[in-house]
Amino acid sequence: MEFNKVLKGIAISLPLMALAACSSNQSATQDESTQVDTSIEGANGGNNNGVDTEVVTPIDMTFEEQLAAKYGQAILENTISFAYDQSEIAPEYRQVLNAHAQYLVESQKSVIIEGHTDERGTPEYNIALGERRALSVVRYLQSMGVPASQLSTVSYGEEKPVNFAHSEAAYAENRRAVLVY
Amino acid sequence: MKNKLFLLLGLWLAVVSSAQAKLEIVITEGVDGARVVGISPFKFEGEGAAPEDLASIISTDLMRSGKFNPLSPDKMPQTPSDSADVDFQAWAALGAEAVVTGVVTLTEPNKYQVTFELVDVIAGQTESGSYVLDKRRSVVNQNQMRQYAHRISDIVYEKLTGEKGAFLTRIAYIAVDPNDEFPYQLRIADYDGFGEKMVVRSQQPLMSPSWSPDGRRLAYVSFENNRSQIFIQDIFTQERTQLTSFPAINGSPKWSPDGQQMAMVLSKDGQPDIYVMNIRTRDLKRVTSHRAIDTEPSWAPDGKSLIFSSERGGKPQIYRVDLATNETKRMTWEGDMNLGGSFTSDGKSLVMVSRNNGQYQIARQDLDTGNLQVLTTSSLDESPSIAPNGSMIIYSTIYGGKKNLALVSMDGRFKAKLPARSGEVRAPAWSPYLN
Repeated sequence: MEFNKVLKGIAISLPLMALAACSSNQSATQDESTQVDTSIEGANGGNNNGVDTEVVTPIDMTFEEQLAAKYGQAILENTISFAYDQSEIAPEYRQVLNAHAQYLVESQKSVIIEGHTDERGTPEYNIALGERRALSVVRYLQSMGVPASQLSTVSYGEEKPVNFAHSEAAYAENRRAVLVY
Repeated sequence: MKNKLFLLLGLWLAVVSSAQAKLEIVITEGVDGARVVGISPFKFEGEGAAPEDLASIISTDLMRSGKFNPLSPDKMPQTPSDSADVDFQAWAALGAEAVVTGVVTLTEPNKYQVTFELVDVIAGQTESGSYVLDKRRSVVNQNQMRQYAHRISDIVYEKLTGEKGAFLTRIAYIAVDPNDEFPYQLRIADYDGFGEKMVVRSQQPLMSPSWSPDGRRLAYVSFENNRSQIFIQDIFTQERTQLTSFPAINGSPKWSPDGQQMAMVLSKDGQPDIYVMNIRTRDLKRVTSHRAIDTEPSWAPDGKSLIFSSERGGKPQIYRVDLATNETKRMTWEGDMNLGGSFTSDGKSLVMVSRNNGQYQIARQDLDTGNLQVLTTSSLDESPSIAPNGSMIIYSTIYGGKKNLALVSMDGRFKAKLPARSGEVRAPAWSPYLN
């Protein structure tokens, strides 16, 4: 759900360049097909002679595909996972955050970074830990040039798990920061 | 002993299921050597059926204190409703030290006169004559009969132990059901799970309920505006006030013993620190200022100091700060970490969550000796809240694959569970005395 929200948010502010490129492709294709159609008509003097043609609507890239084309596949990921009781960003998430940083710098959009924990430890301590995770992401994005004014945080601690089970696997899923546009 | 408990439990469950409680207390560890008493079934005078089985409610209350072993009706030598009819020798033969008798009389529609007597079996066997320890008469509305039964339990408990009973109290807690349209609900119920009522519900998390000392208002954290904010709500009028909405964390509200101030955690100044706000003027005083996490403030009974959890020494431990001098000292030394602490009402010990070998358990530390006693045995026991008389702790734990509430006596010998009928339950807060 959050993922869809991100995409919707991004979609609204899609760089105009990409859209413009698409629509010019589209009109070029249409012109071409008209021309082909006309030339056939001309050649056969209005008699279709058993030959018929149809206009085909071109398939646009989805918003996701356009974003991925511009910022890399990593932009489609909006969740950063953390190790138990840790708030350090693991190296494998740098690519994801770099893509978001680039997008944020270019779009000047705002983003909320949610911090979440697993349920081990007390609820109040987990609120503090969730904030620490969100702030780790903020600091990383700032180091990549995103102005602080575009970044805000909210810590939900252990209160909004994605997986309600009480198992190690659920805990691993729940220890996360989420970028919400 | 076990058989007796089992029988009593069976009887009590039958009563509970007829009354549609959302939470049910299930006793998991009784106390051998608890004091034997007899609560004789109250005689009902009037048309139709008795409004509530008062004797059963009183028996269950006393058993749940962990200090008493009330005889089940089929084990009683007789079922007198007047103290003059008590056969003291027969009760003494069963080891009973006290007997309660009573009469419920329908006086007008939905109104009952309740009379009860508490008699001392030992004194009754002598010829001294004064064996009645207490005797009272009240007129009670039908919808207050359960409360009145808890009131009788309080009186009996106090007469027999010398400490105040905490049966006429409530608990507040957060119910979470991801399948509900409003997954997060702050609810209150009588301490035994009956009379459950919703205080507020939300699509975003609710946390950290804290009772005002008069038992009339609750402070809690709500994320309804997609950020944490502290609210105060009057449970009688539903009047709701936003107390704080600072940037970043607004958490862990705790009412001061005099009801004038609210201790809380704010991270507006960079990291979570402890603050105290005057509720009327909204004046804010910063209590701690440390780059490590400080959270979970809790008041000393005299209101002059706070304890809180801090990571300033590495892992979270409990510290105490004097509000006049700001002098801060570490209170806990045993275990990997200790957090979520609160004082017992006599100020002589701390109850906390103690982590040992990766297990989070409820523990009590004696402040004079420093001894730490671990009271519970599961792996994720949290949010301990102490009954106002210090006899019992309610906390959240996991059983049956769900987060639920449980009770443990202050000495760790008596344990009970309060499984919810649906969803999960967390963050219990025991009310102050309500009478």
